[in-house]
Amino acid sequence: MTTTTINLNVNGKSVETTIEPRELLIHVLRDRLDITGPHIGCETSHCGACTVDIDGRSVKACTLFAVQAQGSEITTIEGLGDPDKLHVLQEQFKEHHGLQCGFCTPGMITRAHRLLQENPNPSEEDVRFGIAGNLCRCTGYQNIVKAVLAAAREINGATDKDATRETAA
Amino acid sequence: MSASAPSMKERQAALKGLGTSRKRVEDARFTQGKGNYVDDIKLPGMLYGDFVRSQHAHAYVKSIDTSAALALPGVVAVLTAKDLEPLNLHWMPTLAGDKQMVLADGKVLFQGQEVAFVVAESRYIAADAIDLVQVEYEELPVLVDPFKAELPDAPVLREDIADAKEGAHGPRRHPNHIFTWEMGEKEATESILASAPVVAEEMVYYHRTHPCPLETCGSVASMDKVNGKLTLYGTFQAPHVVRTVASLLSGIAEHNIRVVSPDIGGGFGNKVGVYPGYVCSIVASIVTGLPVKWVEDRMENLMSTAFARDYWMQGKIAATEDGKILGLWCHTTADHGAFDACADPTKFPAGFMNICTGSYDIGTAYLAVDGIYTNKAPGGVAYRCSFRVTEAAYFIERMIEVLAIKLNMDAAELRLKNFIRKDQFPYHSALGWEYDSGDYHTAWNKALEAVNYKELRTEQAAKVEAFKAGETRQLMGIGLCHFTEIVGAGPVKNCDILGMGMFDSCEIRIHPTGSAIARLGTISQGQGHATTFAQILASEIGISADDITIEEGDTDTAPYGLGTYGSRSTPVAGAATAMAGRKIRAKAQMIAAYLLEVHDNDVEWEVDRFVVKGAPERFKTMQEIAYASYNQAIPGVEPGLEAVSYYDPPNMTYPFGAYICVMDIDVDTGTSSIRQFYALDDCGTRINPMIIEGQVHGGLTEALAIALGQEIAYDELGNVKTGTLMDFFIPTAWETPNYTTDYTETPSPHHPIGAKGVGESPNVGGVPCFSNAINDAFRPFGLTQTRMPHDHWRIWQTANKLGLHG
Ligand code: FES
Ligand code: FES
Repeated sequence: MTTTTINLNVNGKSVETTIEPRELLIHVLRDRLDITGPHIGCETSHCGACTVDIDGRSVKACTLFAVQAQGSEITTIEGLGDPDKLHVLQEQFKEHHGLQCGFCTPGMITRAHRLLQENPNPSEEDVRFGIAGNLCRCTGYQNIVKAVLAAAREINGATDKDATRETAA
Repeated sequence: MSASAPSMKERQAALKGLGTSRKRVEDARFTQGKGNYVDDIKLPGMLYGDFVRSQHAHAYVKSIDTSAALALPGVVAVLTAKDLEPLNLHWMPTLAGDKQMVLADGKVLFQGQEVAFVVAESRYIAADAIDLVQVEYEELPVLVDPFKAELPDAPVLREDIADAKEGAHGPRRHPNHIFTWEMGEKEATESILASAPVVAEEMVYYHRTHPCPLETCGSVASMDKVNGKLTLYGTFQAPHVVRTVASLLSGIAEHNIRVVSPDIGGGFGNKVGVYPGYVCSIVASIVTGLPVKWVEDRMENLMSTAFARDYWMQGKIAATEDGKILGLWCHTTADHGAFDACADPTKFPAGFMNICTGSYDIGTAYLAVDGIYTNKAPGGVAYRCSFRVTEAAYFIERMIEVLAIKLNMDAAELRLKNFIRKDQFPYHSALGWEYDSGDYHTAWNKALEAVNYKELRTEQAAKVEAFKAGETRQLMGIGLCHFTEIVGAGPVKNCDILGMGMFDSCEIRIHPTGSAIARLGTISQGQGHATTFAQILASEIGISADDITIEEGDTDTAPYGLGTYGSRSTPVAGAATAMAGRKIRAKAQMIAAYLLEVHDNDVEWEVDRFVVKGAPERFKTMQEIAYASYNQAIPGVEPGLEAVSYYDPPNMTYPFGAYICVMDIDVDTGTSSIRQFYALDDCGTRINPMIIEGQVHGGLTEALAIALGQEIAYDELGNVKTGTLMDFFIPTAWETPNYTTDYTETPSPHHPIGAKGVGESPNVGGVPCFSNAINDAFRPFGLTQTRMPHDHWRIWQTANKLGLHG
């Protein structure tokens, strides 16, 4: 099997890796680069568990050959926040119980992160539509939506108090 | 006490014990992508396994040629039944007393059945190699309809047991018949049906579906030949049972097997059973001496591992003219697929289907269930349900609606009229259960009031008039459901799995500085055990939940337990946790009394300390007691502060709930939209309201999926028609509504903290509620029953058959 070498920037670090041209990005990330935050839930582009951010767009990494990502900048859940300072979405998912088994969570947060770049002031409907490519089997989405809306508010400088008031109910 | 000392209330709050919406300790890891799921496990030299699967639903396997696959560079081994036979592993026992092929032994019985296991150096090479395995099949007639299983021309599926007249659950009358299970009084019920003023009759079908957790099933087996130890990581809802089964099957002594359930990406019953993939990864690791990983893909998951439901429930319900129910009769045809691999307690071949009298005081009842083999995947697991309780709840909640139609009565009123009254608990049901506690009238009235039920009915009637007048093409459905669950299996005297009594366990160690670790026999799959079990313990032993580590899932360290499914963790392991906590407290009391120089009975427990009766300024906190237990000799008391409890519950627990759903239905497109969903749950004592609410949201969304579109469908050749997430419906955030949750709190009288469990209630109650809403919308046009799943096409057809398309 022929191999090829690709260069990626993953979570701010340059990496070079030699792969088969047929390898999917999700497998390269998980098996070769040990970036196991993005998960595999279907390998058919339906579930969004594998969502990563490539050059400013949400991409399902199970549906892209790694060679297609040559030269691109990739952000995965590992690139958002760190243990000492969680990303506001990570904080809000905790705060609003936006996760249960956690399997969809990395893809969901990575997608929500991009959504808030695309639309910093989403309505509930915008959030629901914007994350519809990411399936969750555990939460019923209600608390995920709350968490994303709360994160948007926080990013936009609203106080915590506003957030609690609006997301109560 | 100094002025700055925290008040009792503050001390209580600091514990973050029962009733606190404590944030989850699991979340830091999961939100940062640092969960450790089975596919994240990578061991040195690890190989990858993949299955050759049958494309036929029923065929003889004439030959298997593995030579081309073996010749592919990177392929290490190809296993077939012939390789497993000398180890006696080509078949394995199922949880239901049947046996199941691990790899096709002479024939295949369902599409997707495992035929050969390829082991290679990478997942890609393994996938290449499965295409190179040549299998020659001879096709056989296929049986997909359970009602045709015993016709004269029906093919015999299980030739291995064709002549067996006795099965694991009694006599068999035909090679395709598995068992008949009967409960209650047949003759008495039939005579009531014959004489009752009103009898309603209906066939209620709860279609085949699949738990489909977001993470599929998988395992990594690692046989260390140097010290003879096998480590098995996998998606196991019952790791200890897996260890015992692995030992019995492989002959490796149980102490040489370590089973680890790492983080699990959702289970919902899918991860209770033992699958051929687990067995093959073990054998492959033994054969190759290297770790072997097997992780199924989504299509394999939907096609081959553990379906749920597929119950045809023929019902008859008898009542007086004013709606007092007199008797209930049910005959169920249960399609079990090719092997009886239902995950039910041994003595319950149809699970707890005999809870089908529901929330109602029905004096006489009869239930029979026929288990039938068909050319479909095995399974029959409790998909977010306690062993067929969802089927039972769907049956009775449909029958109530059908009876209401027959009586021309409001279905909410009919329920009120027949509920078991509060003063009847503990209530003995006609089909053999003892309901522990309940207050159905209060819950139901609260629900009706919350949604303004009367106004909804008025609005609905107006809508029907407007529809008839040609002013709208929309109808409105009001779905009602009052369910009673039965969870927390269960008393060892009547509940076991493969002979193992269904107790559960907790072991606690208090460290010298006053923090603690507790290990349990269960395993979380998203329920937040690390958070909630620490809360139970915090309230029992007065150590803050934040200072208690909860560990589960490693059989080398955790005490033996039967695992997490059937909402049994809180009722059983939660009770074990409380009991072990009480043992700690009993010992702590002796230590405190000694330290305070008073008699044991002269101290009493207060939040986080023992105080001398009548002298509240003299006390020892649990932290001080813990330290003392390690650092000084206390006469008559062993050093250290540890306890273990194996809890055998005296009874099941019976959570219940009242759900109401309002839907708008477009008659011309068949689309439905959920306007409102109100869910009142009574799960007894509430441990963590935030987590309860999350469980309810999630369970309702799974119920929505099942009721409105999710299905494992087969064509007449036994091809799976819904094998990908393209066809198998999982609601997105877009289709899912916001739910309103509510509660009443009726503690279980026999549970140490009164908790009943909640994880499955919303699925048990949600499905009938959604389905009843659809059915209800068409009631004014003469509909009594339309079949799930209510996808747009079926709703359109219903409307069309009723002549609503003009
Ligand atoms: S794994 Fe990529 S969308 Fe499901
Ligand atoms: S939290 Fe389990 S799939 Fe979303």
